[in-house]
Amino acid sequence: MNRLLKEISQGCYSLITGLRVTIAEFFKPSVTVPYPHQSLKMPARFRGHIELVRDPVTGKAVCFACKLCERSCPSDCITVEGAKLDGDKRKSVTRYVLDFTKCSLCGSCVEVCKSNAIRFGRDYNLASTRKEDFILDLFKRLEVEAK
Amino acid sequence: MSLAEPLRLLLFLLCVMAFVGFNAAYLVWVERKGAGRIQRRPGPTEVGYAGLLQPMADGIKLLTKQLIVPPGADATLFRLAPVMVLAPAMMSLAVIPFSETLVARNINVGLVMVFAFGSINVMAIMLGGWASRNKYAIISAARIVSQDVAYEIPMLLVVITVLMITGTMNLNDIVRQQAGGFWHWNLFKLAANPLMPVTFVIFYVCMLAETNRAPFDMAEAESELVAGAFTEYAGMGFGVFFMAEYANIVVGCAIATILFLGGWQSPIGLFPGLFWFLLKMYLLCFSVVWVRWTFPRTQFYGLLNLSWKILIPVSLATLMLSAVLIKVVKL
Repeated sequence: MNRLLKEISQGCYSLITGLRVTIAEFFKPSVTVPYPHQSLKMPARFRGHIELVRDPVTGKAVCFACKLCERSCPSDCITVEGAKLDGDKRKSVTRYVLDFTKCSLCGSCVEVCKSNAIRFGRDYNLASTRKEDFILDLFKRLEVEAK
Repeated sequence: MSLAEPLRLLLFLLCVMAFVGFNAAYLVWVERKGAGRIQRRPGPTEVGYAGLLQPMADGIKLLTKQLIVPPGADATLFRLAPVMVLAPAMMSLAVIPFSETLVARNINVGLVMVFAFGSINVMAIMLGGWASRNKYAIISAARIVSQDVAYEIPMLLVVITVLMITGTMNLNDIVRQQAGGFWHWNLFKLAANPLMPVTFVIFYVCMLAETNRAPFDMAEAESELVAGAFTEYAGMGFGVFFMAEYANIVVGCAIATILFLGGWQSPIGLFPGLFWFLLKMYLLCFSVVWVRWTFPRTQFYGLLNLSWKILIPVSLATLMLSAVLIKVVKL
């Protein structure tokens, strides 16, 4: 009998404690982000797909098509082409294709690039129903951005 | 009077149906908002201001879906079950006094009628589960019968305790006896029975179990039984069960308000009776939501143990106590 009464009183106490916890949470502000209207700022070390870096002086791509990134890529997802333009001392990139379907964001390409011509992007809203949308020509993107 | 009475009843019928529909829709909204707030998220926000049109959108979505009767199911019973589960809740609302004058039918056996129709709910869900011809639905139907039989007993014992104090089954008279400040409410009639708050708690727990609400939602145990008795229902068939769940909560909370919290009596003498009745009722409804999002589902034997080992003995004890106090001590 004593044990039963103790059990009942302890049970009631724990139920009331639970109710107190939830009602306290009820009046606190919500911690979620209403996603399509607002989104979180990505942290500094976030790894999106890579993108070409623009030279702040000339406004052109820093990359000169040394192809180190292409060689370092373990999944073979980078294809770089470059050409020597008239009057330039060195080559400049003309085509930089990233096959993002194969990329595992390992970062070997960013690590190996001596002139810091590529970096991780910040874009995480990548969704599509077509595979072709993930085969990105980064050089073309840079040109389009420049316009 | 002879001409006005049928018209009055028709008007009340319409109002009760609208009231049930409105409450079913907006208690779902309260439930979702409450669940959201308790889990520190905003709940529905997209459809209308603060998601206020969400229940309408859900209703339209359910109405446009096809009603499927699974092969091998008993088509008549399968279609009848949602109707049978919603109708008793509407019937019960006919005798509930929302204020001193606002009652469809002020009959002397109002309380009995509510509980008589309340138990049809069990049979309707059981029929729905049985007619679905689905193993989860049948397990759910078996559970709901044993659960609701177990909880009907302490609930009625508690109601008898209250009835012995009030001496009437007319709901309006029961409320009238609780006039004055809140210390006149049956909940605080400690002179008549010092265990009155305990009887209220028992009534509340039994109401949760009778309406199959968490933590006693054995009938619709999603994690174990898919959706229990409602597994095979599509579209508005499921929608009606859903509406009935909330309609039953409204009826349960209204009865708790009338029996224990003074119904439409104002505790401070301000504002009309309807305001106080709805305030008390909706506070109880909110507490039902609050309880659901606080406690996890109990195990089935725990549920039956609670009823047979604790609630029934305790409610029998309160019944005996008030019988002794009334007959022997003659208060």
